[in-house]
Amino acid sequence: MSNRSTSALLYLSGVTVSFDGFKALNNLSLLVEPGEMRAIIGPNGAGKTTMMDVVTGKTRPDSGEVVFDGKADLTKLDEASIATLGIGRKFQKPTVFENHTVRDNLLLALAGLRKWHRLLLAQPTKAENARLAEILAIIRMEEQQHMLGARLSHGQKQWLEIGMLLAQDPKLLLVDEPVAGMTDVETETTAQVLREINRTHSVVVVEHDMSFVRALGVKVTVLHEGSMLAEGTLDQVSADQRVVEVYLGR
Amino acid sequence: MLFLRPLAMLLPALASALIAATALAADLPALVAGLTTGGFGDRETAIGAMAASGEQRAAPILEALAAGQLYVRKSDNLVLIGKPDGNQLALTEAISGKPAGSGSEAELDRVRVNNRLRGVIEAAVGSLTLMSPDAKVRREAAEALFKRRDASSLAALDAALAAEKDPRIKRAMSEARAASVLASDAPPPQKLDAIALVRERADRDSLGVLEATANSATDPEVKAAAGAGAGAVRQTLAAWEAAQNVWYGISLGSVLLLAAIGLAITFGTMGVINMAHGEMVMLGAYTTFVVQDIIRTSAPHLFDASLLIALPLAFVVAGGIGILIERGIIRFLYGRPLDTLLATWGLSLVLQQAVRSIFGSSNREVGAPSWMSGAFQVGQINVTYGRLWIVVFSLIVFAALILLLRKTPLGLYMRAVTQNRPMASAMGIRTPRVDALTFGLGSGIAGLAGVALSQIDNVSPNLGQGYIIDSFMVVVFGGVGNLFGTLIGALTLGVVNKFLEPYAGAVLGKILVLVFIILFIQRRPRGLFALKGRSVE
Amino acid sequence: MITRFLWQGMDRSLRIFILLVLAIGVALPLLNQLTPPGSAFHVPAWLMQLMGKYLCYALLALAVDLVWGFCGILSLGHGAFFALGGYCMGMYLMRQIGSRGVYGNPLLPDFMVFLNYKELPWFWYGFNHFWFAMIMVVVIPSLLALALGWFAFRSRVTGVYLSIITQAMTFALMLAFFRNDMGLGGNNGMTDFKEILGFSVQADGTRAVLYFASAVALALGLIVSAAVVGSRFGKALTAVRDAESRMRFLGYRVEGYKLFVFVLSAAMAGIAGALYVPQVGIINPSEFSPANSIEAVLWVAVGGRGTLIGPVIGAFIVNFGKTWLTGALPEVWLFALGALFIVVTLLLPKGVVGLWGQIKARSQAKKARAPA
Repeated sequence: MSNRSTSALLYLSGVTVSFDGFKALNNLSLLVEPGEMRAIIGPNGAGKTTMMDVVTGKTRPDSGEVVFDGKADLTKLDEASIATLGIGRKFQKPTVFENHTVRDNLLLALAGLRKWHRLLLAQPTKAENARLAEILAIIRMEEQQHMLGARLSHGQKQWLEIGMLLAQDPKLLLVDEPVAGMTDVETETTAQVLREINRTHSVVVVEHDMSFVRALGVKVTVLHEGSMLAEGTLDQVSADQRVVEVYLGR
Repeated sequence: MLFLRPLAMLLPALASALIAATALAADLPALVAGLTTGGFGDRETAIGAMAASGEQRAAPILEALAAGQLYVRKSDNLVLIGKPDGNQLALTEAISGKPAGSGSEAELDRVRVNNRLRGVIEAAVGSLTLMSPDAKVRREAAEALFKRRDASSLAALDAALAAEKDPRIKRAMSEARAASVLASDAPPPQKLDAIALVRERADRDSLGVLEATANSATDPEVKAAAGAGAGAVRQTLAAWEAAQNVWYGISLGSVLLLAAIGLAITFGTMGVINMAHGEMVMLGAYTTFVVQDIIRTSAPHLFDASLLIALPLAFVVAGGIGILIERGIIRFLYGRPLDTLLATWGLSLVLQQAVRSIFGSSNREVGAPSWMSGAFQVGQINVTYGRLWIVVFSLIVFAALILLLRKTPLGLYMRAVTQNRPMASAMGIRTPRVDALTFGLGSGIAGLAGVALSQIDNVSPNLGQGYIIDSFMVVVFGGVGNLFGTLIGALTLGVVNKFLEPYAGAVLGKILVLVFIILFIQRRPRGLFALKGRSVE
Repeated sequence: MITRFLWQGMDRSLRIFILLVLAIGVALPLLNQLTPPGSAFHVPAWLMQLMGKYLCYALLALAVDLVWGFCGILSLGHGAFFALGGYCMGMYLMRQIGSRGVYGNPLLPDFMVFLNYKELPWFWYGFNHFWFAMIMVVVIPSLLALALGWFAFRSRVTGVYLSIITQAMTFALMLAFFRNDMGLGGNNGMTDFKEILGFSVQADGTRAVLYFASAVALALGLIVSAAVVGSRFGKALTAVRDAESRMRFLGYRVEGYKLFVFVLSAAMAGIAGALYVPQVGIINPSEFSPANSIEAVLWVAVGGRGTLIGPVIGAFIVNFGKTWLTGALPEVWLFALGALFIVVTLLLPKGVVGLWGQIKARSQAKKARAPA
């Protein structure tokens, strides 16, 4: 618990996670500054998803420090507390609540009420309704707002999920492979949206797709076998001999 | 109440004279005559004389007397031993041992005994049998005298000890002698030696001897030595008792293992929750019943092999039905575990009712082959062959299953499919077929369990129900997807259960174990030996 | 605010349904009391008693549905909450017997005299008061649900694991209540009740009131359930059912939601049990049997999980079938029950109500196509 007085929004130091002897994360350290957008790349099994699990409280690290916003020790908190602190997560596969309408999905994501006893008697406030209308406009789903999540197309679900993230209004947004299985046009749009979000939020993107990472144009961290291999612009890391070896094989 | 023969009233003097004479001459007929005449006091004297005679033929007569089977025929005053044979008594002549036909109680007078006489007879038989040519009889006699600890048998024991050659029997006799010394008014040094000897025996009977001595002894040194000895014996006994409980626990654990191991396959590796698993066990038990039934009527000489014949059949029956269930119901419900639970519960009701309709709702008799009956002692642990075989069998089934999973292509496919279904499918493994076979394997093993359980449980349509909750507890406790966890889980729960029973009683013990597991699952939701990693989420 | 809370969850069909339940609740006792036995409109007491039993089952089914249908917690132990409620009522009724028991002991119930109890066990204190017993009817099942749920939900025991745990719980309770030294009647349970609030439990008038009370309890259960399910809490609840970890990443502490419905549901089951016991006249440990709990789950599945009307309809359909079949063809009943489990899960996952919804949707689609 040494250097907590960091200005970093997210601070990982010496994080190790092992599953039955296999080290998914091995002494990983990482810094994300406020307002930054960071891309994390790495081959399969490099520990990208495990890193996200550690930050969001799904997995407890065996050792190491994970500090959010210079004060919150994330290794001690559960998912709900971490989410309330302001860390949002978007999964690779869009997960919206299928039996809820678009509007209800957004309502559930809306920052604010989370306690069960408050929700029993809660009525939507004017501010909430205004915010919902605003988000529905941004994601262009006003017409579908009473449609069930299950009946949305894949693309609409992606948009709804982005809307939910906006509604949640996190300080830091973790995005897992947002463009997997997307067309080039969709990929381009998504990159735009992420840059848009990055104006007001810090973002960490885990991605395989190099052209997408290039389109984001941000600092890149390369993970390999649970540790950081290289860090810098995409051009810098692409020039790194070790990165080339990891990606192309020995 | 008191039955006095006229002869005894007329000839008391004659009777005592006879006894005096026969004591010297060892004349059995005269001794026996003394037994049947006079009052209880006379009879006691006569018994003492018979014991002193060393006459081997006297022992069965005295035993018959103690059992109330010694009679005098009213017509000719002949002394007879009568054993119940239907409504009649099968008679033998007491002295010669020759058969003497049969007769009814009305023609005979029973020679009466009271409790005091029974004690005297026991001691007399003991000292008589101490000299028996049969080593087993001598040994039992020594044991009987040890339990009686009667100072009056000292003389007989000394005589027998002098003549005895077998060291083990000699040991038993000196222990009996020690016990008798402690009951006598022998001087303290002798008693202290005796206490040392009895203490070495360290069983429940020697504890009784030492406790009695500690209570009754007047000499402080003897009293202290007996008390210390009793304490030591108590400790040894407690250790043996713990060992016995461990054995009972292992025995119960092996039953749990048998019931749970099939479930460890279907639930543990496939993730399919089969509430009809217990009914697969039941089907195995009924297969055993049918096999034995056929053997009884058409080939009785094969009875000892009935379980061996039933094993493969039970596997095929339960496994076949398991495959039908997988193909007919479960495969439509993959990914819906709660619905699978409900559908298989419904199936279990159907199977129970089907068996009830065919075989009736009462318990069916499944016999034990000769090699499964009987028991033996290890130290002070009582081990029955039936339980021993079930423990061995469960371990064999477990080992065979491990081998099957690790060394055969089916095992490889099964592991591949459970770890990564789409990948296995892409590599050309026919996953639906592997699913069916895996489920069939789990059910077949339940069938095998049924064969074993038919030996210790009532074979009824409800047989399976009693095991389903226990089996799930074992699998969940041990760690889902880990067969060794199931083994450890079953044995642990078995032993814990048996250790709780003496304190809490069987039912409360079971409740405590259930509560314990419920709490345990809260602390470690994935069991003792949980697989860690992303795959389990 | 509360009335708004209670009103917002109900759609039109549910309001009609609740009115229907209340109407039947009033009509049967009136027809029983006011018409002469020979009349064509006369409702015999046995029919009223049977329907009263079904109403209690329906409330139990509603309780099961609240946790299973709306929160995805398949409880195989709701029979335990039902039975505990029943036992609380049974204890009150036992104390009302007073000195009219076989042994005539003014304080101790017969079975205690028989078992040589010298004084009343402490946990029997207070059960001579109706109000105390009624509080216990709600409190005892709720406390058990609170304890079990608090542990289980916090350690994230879910799915079939939770189902098995709840089944083990009711199984353990059954074993416990079968013991004579529990001081609760052992395997004979409690029976031979005489009076409730001074009225004979055998009298038709008392039965009519008990029946009416059951109908009111069911209606209230429906109203409260509808309010909970229709609130923003209810939206979160079904979201937990559909995607629990997504809710956690949104910042919801899922345990609280589960615990609240679980406890609410246990309380409803307890009330159902308490109303059931005076109507059937007996409570014994077999009410704890795991088979009973899982049968209640079947009622929900048959009627339609995740709807409020479904469990009520399911409880009536299955129990009507049970009453009829166990009388007419007893051997067939278990086959039918077992087959029902399989058929409903394989072919009718949304139950009768869902089937009706499908038919309605299809006919509407046809109508919509016709003018075009």
